This record gives sequence, C-alpha cells and structure tokens, in this order.
Amino acid sequence: MKHLLSIADLDAATATGLLDTASRLKDTLLGREVRKLPTLRGRTVVTLFYEDSTRTRVSFEIAGKWMSADTINVSAKGSSVSKGESLRDTSLTISAMGADCVIVRHPASGAAHRIAGWADKDAGTTGTHTSIVNAGDGTHEHPTQALLDAATLRERLGSVAGRRIGIVGDVLHSRVARSNVLLLSTLGAEVVLIAPPTLLPTGVAEWPCRVAHHLDAELPALDAVMMLRVQAERMHGGFFPSAREYSIAYGLNERRLALLPEGAPVLHPGPMVRGMEIAPAVADAPNAAVLAQVRNGVHVRMAVLYHLLAGAPE
Amino acid sequence: MTDLLITNAKPYGEEAVDLLVRDGVVAEIGTGLTAEGVGTLDAGGHVLLPGLVDLHVHLREPGGEESETIETGSHAAALGGFTAVFAMPNTDPVADTAVVVEHVRRRGEEVGLVDVHPVGAVTTGLRGEKLAELGTMVSSAAQVRMFSDDGRCVNDPLIMRRALEYASALDVVIAQHAEDHRLTGGAQAHEGAIASRLGLAGWPATAEETVIARDVALAREAGAALHVCHVSSLHSIAVLRAAKAQGVRVSAEVTPHHLLLTDGRLTGYDPVNKVNPPLRTGADTQAMREALAEGVIDVVATDHAPHASQYKDTEWAAAKPGMLGLQTALSVVIHTMVEPGLLDWHGVAQVMSERPAEIGNLPDQGRPIAVGEPATFALVDPDAQWTVRGAALASRAANTPYEGMRLPGAVVATVLRGRITARDGKVVA
Repeated sequence: MKHLLSIADLDAATATGLLDTASRLKDTLLGREVRKLPTLRGRTVVTLFYEDSTRTRVSFEIAGKWMSADTINVSAKGSSVSKGESLRDTSLTISAMGADCVIVRHPASGAAHRIAGWADKDAGTTGTHTSIVNAGDGTHEHPTQALLDAATLRERLGSVAGRRIGIVGDVLHSRVARSNVLLLSTLGAEVVLIAPPTLLPTGVAEWPCRVAHHLDAELPALDAVMMLRVQAERMHGGFFPSAREYSIAYGLNERRLALLPEGAPVLHPGPMVRGMEIAPAVADAPNAAVLAQVRNGVHVRMAVLYHLLAGAPE
Repeated sequence: MTDLLITNAKPYGEEAVDLLVRDGVVAEIGTGLTAEGVGTLDAGGHVLLPGLVDLHVHLREPGGEESETIETGSHAAALGGFTAVFAMPNTDPVADTAVVVEHVRRRGEEVGLVDVHPVGAVTTGLRGEKLAELGTMVSSAAQVRMFSDDGRCVNDPLIMRRALEYASALDVVIAQHAEDHRLTGGAQAHEGAIASRLGLAGWPATAEETVIARDVALAREAGAALHVCHVSSLHSIAVLRAAKAQGVRVSAEVTPHHLLLTDGRLTGYDPVNKVNPPLRTGADTQAMREALAEGVIDVVATDHAPHASQYKDTEWAAAKPGMLGLQTALSVVIHTMVEPGLLDWHGVAQVMSERPAEIGNLPDQGRPIAVGEPATFALVDPDAQWTVRGAALASRAANTPYEGMRLPGAVVATVLRGRITARDGKVVA
C-alpha cells in the first residue's frame, strides 16, 4: 500500500489485513500504562487540514504519537495558503521537508489524489517517497472513517460479511457514505441506503448497494444502522421541506430503535445533531456505538500508518 | 504575394488537380498547369479542403495573455487548418463595446494568419442583465456578426427574448451557452454514475436541454437566428431536431471533445478533463456523432480554451474549465467521423468550413474549391498519424486532454487568400 486515497483501491484481503492489525494493536495496548509502541520512531507524519476538524485530526495525531512518530499539524488557516499558495506548492513543500506521510483533509473532492500524483512525480526525481492518506476530500471519500466503522461492526456483530447494514440520511453530500458503501460491500455486507430522493446522487443505482426511501420498512431487517449527519447548510438548500419533516421521516427515535433487532448497533460518524437525525435517548442507548467508533478510530489509523510506513506485517 | 501554383491536390479527396491562384483567387483549375515566377505548393496528392472556420475560440486577449494571445492563438489556428475564427468575448475587459471588439479585430489583422472575428457580448459585462450595444458593435470596424455571453448563459428569459428580437433587425446571430445556472450551481462534472462515485457535484443534462427548448421557442417567435454552442447531451438532439422541423432558424455546434471524450476520464481527477459543458457519457458522444452526420448538429467548433498551468494544475474544484482544441480538431473529426464512415470529405468541408461560414455570415470563407473563388484552403494528409504533445502545440498554454494520444490526419498546409500561413507544421510568417 503506497497511499490510502480511496476504499476503491482496497481489495477484501488488504482491508481485512488493516482491520486485523487494528484489532491486534488494540489488544496490545489494552490496559497498558504506557501506550506507546516504538514502531514508527524517527518517522514524520504531517496532518494537513484545509477544513475544520477536531476528531479526525486528533485521532490521527494520537495514532501517530502512540506509534512514536513525530506528528506535526498544519492547518490551512494561518499558513501560506492564506497568502494564495497553491495546493500543489503547499503539499510539495511539506513533502520536501521530509514528511514520510501527509494526512490531508480538503473541501475539494479528489484533492488527496492530486497531492499523491504530485508527490509521486516528485519522488520520481528526488527518490524520497511520501505516503498520502485521504482524511476526507469534499464529498468523495473518508476511507479511515469507513475502516473504523467496519472495525466497530466486526466487534459488535462478530463479522461484516453477510450482514445487512443500513446507511440513513444525506448520502448525496456524504464522503462517509461513499467510503462505507465501498468497504462494506467489499467485505461482503449488504448495504441499504435509506434517504429521500433529493439526498441521493444521480447514478446511485450503479453503486454496490440497494436504495430505499422508507426507514420504518427497512429497520426490522437490518443488522446495524448508520446515521449520517444532516449538515446545517443542507437544511436551507431545499433538499427537504423542513428539519421537522426530515426528523419525522428519517430521524432515529426510540420508537424506531425498537423496530431494529435487539441489540443491533447504531453508528454515527459524528458530530451528532441530537434531536435531528438521532434522538438523545438513542444516542445514549446501549446500542449506540458512537464512542466505540471513536476508540477504534485511533487503532485503525495506527494500522493505516503502520501498513503505509512500516509495510504490511507478514 | 498572393499568386500561387498548387500542384497535385485532391479537392475533397477526389481527382488530383493543379490550381493556379492569382491575387488570392483561384484563376484556373486543371492538370499540368505551369506558371512563371509564381510560388508553388506541391500538395503531394493530399486532400484539399476549403479553409476551416471555427465559430468558437477563446483567444484570451485582452486580459488573459498568460494563457493565450491573439498571436499565439492565430498560430494554433493556422497550424490546425483554420482560416477564420470567432473569438469569444469573455476577456478582461469583456468585448462588450466597439472599442474592445475593434482591438481584437485589429490585432488579428496585424498577426495576419487567420481572420479573427470578434464575437460581441450579448449583455454588458456578461452579467445577463442589460443588452450590450449590439448595433454599435455591428457597425464598428470590427463588423461583429455574432453575439454571445459564452461561458455564461443568458439565463433571464426576458433578456434572451429581447436579445433575439433586437438581433433579428441587425441580421446577426445570438450564440447561446445553454446552461440553466440554477440547475448547475457548484457543478463540476456530468451528473451521472461517475460524478456520483467521485463526489463531484453534477451538471445535469437537463440544464442544457431546457434552455435550448426555451430558446428555440423564443427564436421562433422573434424570427431570429439562434446558434447553440457546444451541444453535449443526447437529450438536446431531439429538441433541436423538432425545432428544425418547425423551421426555426436554429443552428448548433459540437466540440471535438464531445465527439470523442467521456466522463470515464475523470477518475484520476486531472483537471485537464474539466470543461464546460462537461464530458458526458459514451451514449452522448455517439449521439453527437450521429447528429452531426445527420445535420441536426450543423458544425464542429472547438471551444478552444487555453488555461495557463496555474489554473489547471490544481485540485479539481479550483481548476478552470476548458481545453485546447484548434490543432487537434480536424484529427478528432477524422477519427470520430471520417474513419467510421459518418462523413466523407465533402461532409468535413461542410461541418468545419461551409456551414460555419454561413452561420457566421462570412461571404469569403467556406467557399467551393472552384475558379473565381478565394484561394482559402486546408491541405490535409489523411494517412498521417501523430502523437499529441501539449508542450509542442502553438498555444501559450498546454492544457490538451489528448496528451500522448495518437491521432490520424495532419494539416500539411493552410492557405489564406493565396497566402500560405502554415506549412508542414510550421507557421509561415
């Protein structure tokens, strides 16, 4: 694995290998007083974030630190970006300083692909390789989120293959949904997208999943459900009549929770809008796996850094 | 020197003849012609076509000289077999006054390689709010014959109605960039399976189709001439066919890239493939080819749109839309239309020279290859093969989507009123 840009680049064996490594790292660190492995000592990991983010950036930073990598955070705000520097120049500058891995979040779909392309071209002349990790690019993908979701589902359900997973909400604008559809289907799950037609992309029929519009009808047959955040700017974009109507049709409330099979995990990539797509009582119910997702996020990102910078374990 | 003896040329690919040019006009056509003290062009048995006419180019001057100038664009045009081009008005300042269009026309004449016809803006500043001074531009030294807000659609139906009505008395054509901007807010790619997978906001085909449907109705009522720029969606074809059947004065163009390239090229996010309207599906390119062969689409126009690398070597969303086209257009048409048997050389002459000249109201371009007609030609070696290299093209920018692609057909020479403007891949200054 040279970069992690899209789940589409992972076959089932590679994805399973990453999840296995994450699980082993989790077991290794469990109960330890000093949560630090020497694996990536002397390696430099830079997070380059062009969007506000707390959980993803911190998660990557902790993952790097627990692996003993030197981690540096670059926020687009207050950097040369505000002086009009291009993405190409900024990313190549960071590579040239010796970053072994650049973790990038950017509002433009495909930004990580572009950076990887520039880095590879540069490596062709300088011989120094930089791995690029996509930490969310526009409305395209968020591969480590899908991996941590799959890790959580494996924990809760024992396996992903053969399970039916519902993804509910704003699929159109969701990079989490795109990565999850690809990963869960690659791992053998049946994915059902549940959303109003206005929040589904044209062309979704060609995705490896099924599409439905009525949440109540789907819930009883789901092994797990993943709620997507409804971003505030969408509420005024005419995608649905009102927050109230959305919540009534697609919000996961206590009544709906009861429609799910007993103990079926409820996932949410966060940040949650309580009372909108998820009722507070559901967010805090035993089914809710939200904090487990966050915990697994660190281990999954450790696994990604490990595979990229130290090579996949035999 | 506008006397020239052209030997062994095959007009429209037919029997080889010699042509004697006197004062820029074909004086004699025959075999074994000789003339004393006259420059000669050995056509080597290649195909002779009337000089190509491009209704849609962006020469970027004034204001965008880092991407193209009228000089470099004229070089690209001559090398591509073109003898007349229509320069779109989305420059800085916008070509919405007599001053700017006269400047463009004059710079074209100074360079002298190709007739540069400025297209005037329909509305002031391309803002779509208020008609520009069309009449003044028509009667200016630039003699504007086509108006367009290209790059932007004249979205307001009332402004479009007024533009068509006003233009009908001036005997000029309104060229519409058909895109309902309300349906394409933030659009980055053809709305479909590829864009949905790549997370690129979709440019729905309906945004083109609905504007064309509206505009043909407005043109019908105004009795005005409407030209539809860069048709890209197969759904637009039915609308155009119906309008033509009704006798509406509507013409349409397709770009070479919409004949050949599809949104399948977007997967690497290389913005060299970003263009507006966007690359669509294989079904669309196939429909474009058939519509061009049928005549529902009248002409090929390049939408030659140079962008300096800082506008292209970026993340997809930040990149400007557009691609080079002048030097690859004929090769793409040979590849997509001639090789599959959809057009013969008469057909190529029609869609790349005769019909564009007619739509653009140019009396001395797109003429038959005959005695008494202007000696304005493109000489084409149909058997040549070449590999496209952006850096080797004459434009200032190198944003060609055909980089590394092997294409058929080469322009051996271009002749403008008896004067050789390009020869064997070199501009003749």
